[in-house]
Amino acid sequence: MRYLLLMYQQEAVMRNLPKETAREVHGAYMAYLDALKKAGVLVANHGLQPTSAAATVRAPNGKAVVLNGPFAETKEQLAGYFLIDVPDLDSALSWAERNPTASHGAVEVRPVWG
Amino acid sequence: MSEAFAAALVEWPASGVPRTPEAWLLTVARRKMIDAARRRQTGDESAAALAIIAEELSPAADENPEIPDERLRLMFACAHPAIDAGVRAPLILQTVLGFDAGAIGSAFLVAPTTMAQRLVRAKNRIRQAGIPFRVPERVELAERLDAVLEAIYAIYAEGWSDPAGTEARRRNLADEGIWLGRLVASLLPGEPEALGLLSLMLYAEARRGARRTAQGEYVPLAQQDPDAWDQPLIDEAEALLLRASDAGRIGRYQLEAAVQSAHVIRRRSGRTDWDAIERLYDALLSLTASPVVAINRAVAVAETRGASAGLAALDALKEDARLAEYQPYWAARAELLARCGDLPAAEAAYERAIGLESDESVRSFLQQRRAHVTVTASTLLPSGSSRNAA
Repeated sequence: MRYLLLMYQQEAVMRNLPKETAREVHGAYMAYLDALKKAGVLVANHGLQPTSAAATVRAPNGKAVVLNGPFAETKEQLAGYFLIDVPDLDSALSWAERNPTASHGAVEVRPVWG
Repeated sequence: MSEAFAAALVEWPASGVPRTPEAWLLTVARRKMIDAARRRQTGDESAAALAIIAEELSPAADENPEIPDERLRLMFACAHPAIDAGVRAPLILQTVLGFDAGAIGSAFLVAPTTMAQRLVRAKNRIRQAGIPFRVPERVELAERLDAVLEAIYAIYAEGWSDPAGTEARRRNLADEGIWLGRLVASLLPGEPEALGLLSLMLYAEARRGARRTAQGEYVPLAQQDPDAWDQPLIDEAEALLLRASDAGRIGRYQLEAAVQSAHVIRRRSGRTDWDAIERLYDALLSLTASPVVAINRAVAVAETRGASAGLAALDALKEDARLAEYQPYWAARAELLARCGDLPAAEAAYERAIGLESDESVRSFLQQRRAHVTVTASTLLPSGSSRNAA
């Protein structure tokens, strides 16, 4: 089954990490990515640019309205995703636990249709 | 203590598994309040759980009058072979200690709704299959007790995996595991593995706080300050292991406790008894054939016979697919590769370990180890190399 692991982090905190810590965090993600690949469960992944680069579109009554910023202002922001293919939810949860975001933010696990 | 055990092993039959003596008698259980305060804490909820179960209990109530404690019957029902092994520990947490499904699911990394379904299914199964609430006959007791002990150890291990003690979802599980261990040890005082498990948990608990610095950094066992270990807990663990060994029936938990004993001896002698540890893991391996034990044995071999011998022992496990996603395998491999001077391979193995680790402070420790290897590697390169400039 395919699961989307959605990483929610505090952008401001991540942006202001000391250089040394930032390097360590980056290294942790690289190793995590590598572990997913070696386990043969990775389908796709991307990191997202900050929400300051986001635009949100709504088109009630067919008329599009574009708003600057993310869909919702929240304490933690969507920072990226991993799409994985694993046997079951327990396996997806164990990969979510290893995701470095789980240490400081939250990882939402969503089964994908189909 | 570990020496006595290692010595006893010499007399083991080559097949490894000791036979359970026929003459095993259920000792009259002492119905004893081990920890009255603790009981009061969880009393209300577990009383409710017990009240529900009590109806089902009543037909079986007189089968084993010598074991009067209902909680023990309950544990044997929860850890029955007909119950899926993965749900036994959660079931014990719910029925004996009154944990709710959400807290249990969270501790065992299972979605709360999924855990709730599993618990309901398991309880239906107990009812439908007519699983008895009783302490098994002595012929099957050893095997069945093993499942109970395994479930208790799983509860303790979940708590142990939160070294900082900051996660509410896991904070109490180590204590609960020890509490259940005390309960079983006091109700079955003649069962050496029950004593062995309690001893093992107390040894581990004695070192619990020493696994992190005040700043929350991971401290590997070899670098822990023995003075930070809890001496009263160690004393209690030693005494239990000694009592267990009197029965003359060695088992998995006694052996693992003896390994702990060989580690904590460093507090008195200043030196870990690696020879004993290697022999104890040999025995454990013949008993369990567990790849996890094999990794630990390889680490011990690296201490007794050198890093390359340890690495050769690890290499023998390479084909085991279960280890590909097992962090300690890669961390041990990386460490031994580095000691053997194969720095690029060590770096790659550290990378695997880092990617598989979920604990941030352990991850950080592994990253430091890898960085150390990288620096060492770059200084070994010929001058003029671009990496030397860094």
